[in-house]
Amino acid sequence: MIKCKTSKEIGGMGHSIKRKEDARFIQGKGNYVDDIKLPGMLYMDIVRSPYAYAKILNIDASKALEIPGVVAVVTGKDLEKYNLHWMPTLMSDTQMVLPTDTVMYQAQEVAAVIATSRYIARDGKEAVMVEYEPMKPLINAHKALDADAPLMRPDKEGQTNNHIWHWEAGDKEATDKVFADADVVVKEHMYIPRIHVASIETCGCVASYDKVDNHLTMYMTTQAPHAIRTVIALVAGHVGLTEEKIRVISPDIGGGFGGKVPVYPGYVIAIAVSFLTGSPIKWIEDRSENLQADSFARDYHIDVEMAGTKDGKIQATRFKVLADHGYTDASANPSKFPTGLFSIGTGSYDYGTAFMEADAVYTNKPPGGVAYRCSFRVTEAVHAIERITDIFAKEVNKDPAQLRFENFIKKEDFPWKSPTGWEYDSGDYHAGLQKAMDAIEYDALRKEQVEKRAEGKLMGIGISTFTEIVGAGPSKDFDILGIKMFDSAEIRVHPTGKAIARFGTKSQGQGHETTYAQIIAEELGIPSAHIQIEEGDTDTAPYGLGTYASRSTPTAGAAAAVAARKLRDKARKIAAYLMEVSEEDLEWEPGKFSVKGAPEKSKTIQEIVFAAYTNHPPGMEAGFEATHYYDPPNLTFPSGAYICVVDIDNETFEIKVRRFVAIDDCGNIINPMIVQGQVHGGLTQGIAPAMYEELIYDEDGNILNGTFMDYLVPTAVESPSWETGHTITPSPHHPIGAKGVGESPTVGAPPAIANAIVDALSVYGIQHMDIPITPYKIWKKLKEMGKI
Amino acid sequence: MHEIKFKVNGEEKTASVESRLLLVHLIRENLSMTGTHIGCDTSSCGACTVLIDGKSAKSCTILAVQINGKDITTVEGLATAEGLHPLQEGFKENHALQCGFCTPGVMLRAVELLEKNPNPTEEEIRWGISGNLCRCTGYNNIVKAIQYAGAKMRGAELPSTEPEFV
Repeated sequence: MIKCKTSKEIGGMGHSIKRKEDARFIQGKGNYVDDIKLPGMLYMDIVRSPYAYAKILNIDASKALEIPGVVAVVTGKDLEKYNLHWMPTLMSDTQMVLPTDTVMYQAQEVAAVIATSRYIARDGKEAVMVEYEPMKPLINAHKALDADAPLMRPDKEGQTNNHIWHWEAGDKEATDKVFADADVVVKEHMYIPRIHVASIETCGCVASYDKVDNHLTMYMTTQAPHAIRTVIALVAGHVGLTEEKIRVISPDIGGGFGGKVPVYPGYVIAIAVSFLTGSPIKWIEDRSENLQADSFARDYHIDVEMAGTKDGKIQATRFKVLADHGYTDASANPSKFPTGLFSIGTGSYDYGTAFMEADAVYTNKPPGGVAYRCSFRVTEAVHAIERITDIFAKEVNKDPAQLRFENFIKKEDFPWKSPTGWEYDSGDYHAGLQKAMDAIEYDALRKEQVEKRAEGKLMGIGISTFTEIVGAGPSKDFDILGIKMFDSAEIRVHPTGKAIARFGTKSQGQGHETTYAQIIAEELGIPSAHIQIEEGDTDTAPYGLGTYASRSTPTAGAAAAVAARKLRDKARKIAAYLMEVSEEDLEWEPGKFSVKGAPEKSKTIQEIVFAAYTNHPPGMEAGFEATHYYDPPNLTFPSGAYICVVDIDNETFEIKVRRFVAIDDCGNIINPMIVQGQVHGGLTQGIAPAMYEELIYDEDGNILNGTFMDYLVPTAVESPSWETGHTITPSPHHPIGAKGVGESPTVGAPPAIANAIVDALSVYGIQHMDIPITPYKIWKKLKEMGKI
Repeated sequence: MHEIKFKVNGEEKTASVESRLLLVHLIRENLSMTGTHIGCDTSSCGACTVLIDGKSAKSCTILAVQINGKDITTVEGLATAEGLHPLQEGFKENHALQCGFCTPGVMLRAVELLEKNPNPTEEEIRWGISGNLCRCTGYNNIVKAIQYAGAKMRGAELPSTEPEFV
């Protein structure tokens, strides 16, 4: 049981409070971007390229413009007149808004049709005739650096090949030496495929420019409204749209998972058209457009090696990555981290030597490299380390659980310096794995497996014991386009003791309206039911970098606690004044200050707040408000121990996940119900890439599964009944000891599932299979091996 | 243009519609009832699910002209003067929604499911809602919510809504 410091009425941390936001969602009263309708609003639809790589010879919009209701057709040449045809990406690369001469991926935006209705805009789109000269595209990242590869980015000065960047971490020389001297070296090539977040709401916006006031209101599906406002000002400042003239409103968001961090061309075109016409412009993507053109995740080719002793002690790891970014690097990593936080990939294990390197290349695929519930490449790294750990265990003939126990960093060794430079804040990996093994009855399962194998049945057990790295981040290292990655909270308590608090983050389903109120309730003793939370309006909320990468609780949640503590300090002063005692004589318990030794003499927080407006001490500033911008001293390091059991049909190779136990450690828990919900959802987004999802391209760059008919998002049938639990190792540096949890299950689940499947197939001598592992892939592999 | 007459949430409506107008757009654009959502373009996600004469249907796959004379229920019609529908209560009490975008469609699908099978097993529920995609919840709590609503509608004892997060 989680211990709560506050009563249920106050509803601070640890209470499973039902969500405040649900009332509107269950009654159809959410306000998503496509629900916004403004007077005189026009609709935009986008003509997209059927080719992955082609010259645009001509765009003929005349037939479209003849359709009654079609107002305009906008091309790259039109935007070029205002120098708005290119925009910067968050990684300081450049991306076309609309092309002037060449298309670089299938489904790229080619022209925009503006019309008086959604249907007429679509008619107009069908009527725009584009003449292309197709060219042979570069699709295979492994061929990107070949001498005869087409140069993807001749527009970039000094760019003579398709290489984007090289990155390294760790000590190459020391690592090579350990490998050269090691008893045991195992290696594997792993491809972490290109996937898509596929939030059920696609992306879209309503751009509304007021010509009289020279003011833009931009309603959009964004996880980071403040940063986006700054980006818009950087892109459009030269045409007079400066930052004070831009208001970004992120209304209710129907799932984000990282896919709603970037600035997509559609947003910019909508702004440009609204700016030129003075009419509000609505643009809402179709699902197919969303899957085919919006930022992808993953697409990492990883060579991973592990060196160790014969008795199973891990000594070193080596990683080499080839990253396919499509035609521009449109990732959303912190600026100094082109591979995000991939260097967490040394894992939960106690060894001192590692080296990692990565190279990124351009290809004729959609840009991105952002997110799928984990933006900063932790999933890729964790998959590699957790799979190679299993391969190493097999090589030294040890049970994978036992090998992990023997190599875990011990809880007394935290804070722990990783070989790639991180300082893990806290963890108790032994406790987590033990709890997961007890819950699933590991030893009994291993016995059953022996029996099943004797009967010729395929059963596998897979473990993943991951360390996450979230809460970006400390300003000395973390920025996006130079803006430091702090986050903010502003609390205003009204005279009657009720409050409103605003944040620089933006919930997309995480339940911030409930959990942030709980943090403030914990610190101030004002019931969380009396605290209203607002986010997503840049005119009212304090500046922050938004919600992604499990950063809201580590940054804005911390800001809420610190701001509330500032108010508690003020409350103490007021209480001392009201009760005519010194501050030192006062004792705090949630909701009131009382006099030490005379508990009957007390003032509630509500009385104190009222006094702040009606009877505040002379010389003190009136009111009861505080703001804090929290700059974390370190990242937080959640962890988890996941165990998966699979049964595989030995004729059809259908994979059935029989059980899945997830024990998560996200530090102190604000709302167990919400944390559990996050874990459930993350696990389903873990089984998805492990068994179902991959964006597949043919050699001509055609996407083969760009709709929900064939991009397989798990339904309730594919998704197992998840079994969840927790351990608690508070973060020592976080004001409320919390760590963040949203990403963890998506990071931890795929290797547990892959390890289970490979464990089942190990009877055939299989050491590794790339995800998604499907019945067909198993059949094909066994056929190739001559096993069937 | 076609003149159609239909009921939405018990209220008589008439509309003049193009042949090609989809029901989901009639509901969202013409009637300005935005609780019904659009999540895909292939009838795969179920975010647009409504009831037509009591049967669940994906309103992105039905033309507005097809509902002439029919009775539509949307999420806005679930609650009554007495309060929330048992499914709405079940979803809130069991944390069966996060971003809320798929929720109206799942609830309306579940109305028909519970009508036909008042006490469904977990497996029956999972298959029953397999035409509705949810990207946030992992479905565990949606199953619980539908079981809770079923119990409430049958007058049976309500299952616990405490999270089993130990």
